[in-house]
Amino acid sequence: MTTAVAPADVAALYQQHSRQVLATLIRLLGDFSLAEDGLQEAFAAALQQWPQHGLPDNPLSWLVSAGRFKAIDKLRSQQRQHATAAAWLLEQGDDAGLVSETESPDDTAILQDDELRLIFICCHPALSPEARLALTLREVCGLTTEQIARAFLQSPVTIAQRIVRAKQKIRDAAIPYEVPQAAQLPQRLDTVLKVIYLLFNEGYSQSSGDKLLCAELSAQAIRLARLLQQLLPDDSEIKALLALLLLQESRRAARLDAAGELVVLGEQNRALWDQQLITEGVQLTEQALSGPRFGPYALQAAIAALHAESQAAAETDWAQIVALYDVLLRLEPGPVVALNRAVAIGQRDGAAVALPLLLALEQQGMLSSYHLLDAALADCYRQLQHGAQARQYYQQALGKTNQAAEQRFLQKMLKMCI
Amino acid sequence: MKYLCLVYSDEKLLHSLPDSPKDPECFAYAAAVQQSGRMLAAEALQPVASATTVRVRAGKTLLTDGPFAETKEQLAGFYLVEARDLNEAILLAAGIPAARVGSVEVRPVRELDV
Repeated sequence: MTTAVAPADVAALYQQHSRQVLATLIRLLGDFSLAEDGLQEAFAAALQQWPQHGLPDNPLSWLVSAGRFKAIDKLRSQQRQHATAAAWLLEQGDDAGLVSETESPDDTAILQDDELRLIFICCHPALSPEARLALTLREVCGLTTEQIARAFLQSPVTIAQRIVRAKQKIRDAAIPYEVPQAAQLPQRLDTVLKVIYLLFNEGYSQSSGDKLLCAELSAQAIRLARLLQQLLPDDSEIKALLALLLLQESRRAARLDAAGELVVLGEQNRALWDQQLITEGVQLTEQALSGPRFGPYALQAAIAALHAESQAAAETDWAQIVALYDVLLRLEPGPVVALNRAVAIGQRDGAAVALPLLLALEQQGMLSSYHLLDAALADCYRQLQHGAQARQYYQQALGKTNQAAEQRFLQKMLKMCI
Repeated sequence: MKYLCLVYSDEKLLHSLPDSPKDPECFAYAAAVQQSGRMLAAEALQPVASATTVRVRAGKTLLTDGPFAETKEQLAGFYLVEARDLNEAILLAAGIPAARVGSVEVRPVRELDV
């Protein structure tokens, strides 16, 4: 214990490792709020003691023990007031029994396992999709309730309630704090990957107002995907999702022009694309596709990689993109994939070929509230110089989106059809 | 933890869909859960047409013909199981053959403070 410590060092440690400490405390204490209190108190104690006494040999281990003792202290004093409040502690025996002697939190593997447990419990399919998002942002990413509320354009009270209810369900229904067994892993992992992708899209599409927060959401999604990839390095779908996120993120700077207007893929300034992210994304895509079994994320990443690698929009390999959509549609049939495939076919063979496919999708009615189908139909009619139909579909699309940037884009297109 | 697995299904379809379970399959599953030591109780119910709803108001017993609520799916039976946690309860519920045509609501049992 000799290293000098400044409060800023403790803050940095909090930034980097507070979630790991929290994850372990949740396992040791069996309770989310108790663990959160313990975490805050442990860092408060560190802030007080470390600058005076120096950095402990193993800071994370120190924080875990401090947090655990503070939480147990708190329980004991509560217990004096309410006999039942700490009933579980008595069941567990004395506090020494909470951690086995052989298990020391300085073991990185245990810390990582706990982080994985935390991710899986926050993304448990028994929780509602909204609760999964909010809980993951709060517990795994460490965002405040206020930040989450602003990101989803909801009141902090709504988000706080959502989180409290989710934690209540975890406790009352006894959702276990564990990494799923091999047999359940693929299915459970699928839910986790969906949460991460939703998180990313929430930050990538301009559905919420706060630009900085949007970038933060996407960054958190990428961080989570990286963490998951580190923890489960053999899974090709995790790799593929990370690749997909990096490849989409690489275009962030080009998606809006200086005036904040939406720029479609074909018209983006490709010099603004982040080549470092593209290189990493393409590499990961290749790894994911070379595995024995690849899934929908690998195919979507492959499509994104083809876009990323085209020097100019006109050089895009639409034939291969259509082929990838064909496989994706077989693997995961759905109207949105079918729509994207139809648009790709339009790029390859022309609007006249895409139009009947889009009209068939409209007939199916499953995308009746999805403005991008109307926009795609409008584009086809515009290219075929059917001005009246194009205008009608742009109008319909306008009525179905409330995202300001999308609306301005559709208005601009509407003015172009005469 | 105890969990009550409530099996709901559309009575008119429960036995007539291609995926509908036959009695021997249901019986075999119940026997398997019993053997695993996790079974506390399980029963299949008569159709809702046989149901009577009982209320007591101001000391008077009021009876109504039929189920408490008219819904698309009706309670067809239940399993009361002892499981380590929700994940295990979900696995047990997913094995109930009627889950293929209906749905199973998994509810943790509340320990009453006495």
